[in-house]
Amino acid sequence: MSILPQIVFLIIFAIAGYFLYKRVAYLKRNILLGKSESRNDQPEARWKTMLLVALGQQKMFKRLIPAILHIMIYVAFIVINLEVLEFVIDGLTGSHRIFAPYLGSIYGLAMNVFEVLAIAVLISCIAFLIRRNVLKVPRLVKTELKGWPAMDANLILIIEIVLMVAILTMNATDQLLAERGVEGYVLLNGLFFSDMMQPLFAGLGDTTLVAIERFAWWFHIIGILAFAIYVTYSKHLHIFLAFPNTWYSNLKPKGEIENMPDVTREVNMMLGIPVEDAEAPPAEIARFGAKDINDLSWVNIMNAYSCTECGRCTAECPANITGKKLSPRKIMMDVRDRAEEVGKSIDQGGAGLGDGKSLLGDYITKEELNACTSCNACVEACPVNIDPLSIIIQMRRYVAMEESSTPAQWNAMFQNMETSFSPWKFAPTDRFNWAEQLKNEELK
Amino acid sequence: MAEMAANGESPEILFWVGCAGSFDDRYKAVTQAFVKILNKVGVSFAVLGPEEACTGDPARRAGNEFLFQMQAVANIQVMNGYEVKKVVTACPHCFNTIKNEYPALGGNYEVIHHSQFLQQLINEGKVVLKGGGEFKGKKITFHDSCYLGRANNVYEAPREVIKALDVELVEMKRCRTKGLCCGAGGAQMFKEPEPGNKDINVERTEEALATGAAAIAVGCPFCLTMMTDGVKNKEREHDVKVYDLAEMIAKDMGI
Repeated sequence: MSILPQIVFLIIFAIAGYFLYKRVAYLKRNILLGKSESRNDQPEARWKTMLLVALGQQKMFKRLIPAILHIMIYVAFIVINLEVLEFVIDGLTGSHRIFAPYLGSIYGLAMNVFEVLAIAVLISCIAFLIRRNVLKVPRLVKTELKGWPAMDANLILIIEIVLMVAILTMNATDQLLAERGVEGYVLLNGLFFSDMMQPLFAGLGDTTLVAIERFAWWFHIIGILAFAIYVTYSKHLHIFLAFPNTWYSNLKPKGEIENMPDVTREVNMMLGIPVEDAEAPPAEIARFGAKDINDLSWVNIMNAYSCTECGRCTAECPANITGKKLSPRKIMMDVRDRAEEVGKSIDQGGAGLGDGKSLLGDYITKEELNACTSCNACVEACPVNIDPLSIIIQMRRYVAMEESSTPAQWNAMFQNMETSFSPWKFAPTDRFNWAEQLKNEELK
Repeated sequence: MAEMAANGESPEILFWVGCAGSFDDRYKAVTQAFVKILNKVGVSFAVLGPEEACTGDPARRAGNEFLFQMQAVANIQVMNGYEVKKVVTACPHCFNTIKNEYPALGGNYEVIHHSQFLQQLINEGKVVLKGGGEFKGKKITFHDSCYLGRANNVYEAPREVIKALDVELVEMKRCRTKGLCCGAGGAQMFKEPEPGNKDINVERTEEALATGAAAIAVGCPFCLTMMTDGVKNKEREHDVKVYDLAEMIAKDMGI
């Protein structure tokens, strides 16, 4: 038997591995364009969050129908990957269904389970295509998805359908050949779904069947490797990043906004409160708030790469619901797109962050930032604990403290607070007037 | 507070009135209702009066971290000066800021929202309700404020308080973790909304009215304003009222 297929397989596998490695390194570098932030406290709570939210899909079940469709693909993805292990061993050693002799009837059962899952994936992917393209579920057809994002979503579903058809075709022809007693094929006492496809191939000769079976095998394994690389260019990256993303979740109460210690130091000095190392020159503060991705935390950028653009955040956003420009999903997509732009520029020896563009202005407008009510509906809605509000607040800080270009009514509110310690213009001495009224009332 | 401190007394709680509770005509009534309940029950409490300043919540959320911290540090100095241990407030924004954001600046207190405090008083039997009064048997819906609900996971205390009134609590479609904002958070209270096709408070009020409730209960001064404006916008102020929880309890107690 020729070892050529094994060599070809090894070469393809190595090339795929190399590209995957390069892509992972690229994504890691892009994520680390963000500022460092330590999120390694409370490991127990972090593992628990990851197990519940990512592995357990807890937050998906806020919407039942997509949750069921999604979990079918998710379970299939994990389980069918066990079969890929066999594919790889077969590919490298030139064996065929290497696990079959060892597992006996369990192997046939396992193949049937895989087929059930493959059918489940087919059904879910078709349902998802219908939801996107026929039913046009509102959150799946919003303006920020026009162009590549919509294409990306459909491509993923179509690739998954094609891969599942390949696996079923392979099983159907494989078992036909086994029934005919062709050498190298193992008979498996019936495969429920692919057996139904056999009439399609029954009239074909052995040579043609072997060709189809081999084609389906190669197509499936190369397809999976290619898809793995495609995923790194796609919103589909959530299948991997959901895990670290939930592990590094914000575990503090959602209402708490991160303190800025640099500001605390200056405020304390102004108010005459003793500050450690008061004599030391103030540390070099790059910028207050965020103008571009490198002002954000690496967690914000990882959030952006973890986003699969499902739009649950935007569907719950009070500003978006009432027709304002803000869409939390777009905020995440903008952060990712800007990180991509900067990352590619750096790799091509370009200006990178110094390209004259920035996240604020070129991607996200003040109008979007100003529409946020900080209500945390987006944060609550995200199935993988992405936090768009953190980015919005950091960008508002830049607008307020570096550009001083907050809306005029906010400037008036700031002024009231500075002069009369209330956002409204009232005399501080009038703070207790309600009590006078109460006393007068009681005297009567 | 200054008076009590001068007399060497230390009150059980500091009632943080907040700017709306001090200056907003409508919310002053809530402050007064809550104080009447505290007096009736005999809770030892104090207020800071003119020594209280805005917590800084809207400044921080509008991006002005300097101004926020100026307010926060000054407030913390005052509260630490009086050795305040426990703070009760009727404003979820003040509640969130003092509870979650002051510790990083040296202000550590036990902070509870008035809905939680009222629930405790009811559970302990200190507040005895007559069973509804004017609300008895009526449909009441509760609007979750973001800074109480999602921000701090307080969903049940206000509902328990309403249920104690022997009324029919009806939920809006978007409630608890899915509650829709009234539109005033994140410093929106202090500016006109950005261009859109609807005001958020109108969207929310329509949802509240769809429950058929005779009153919308809230636990936040901004929500109170927004929902009241929403009801006016829908020209339903004659048959749908917006109340704070403390007002409903005080009315029932006949004070």
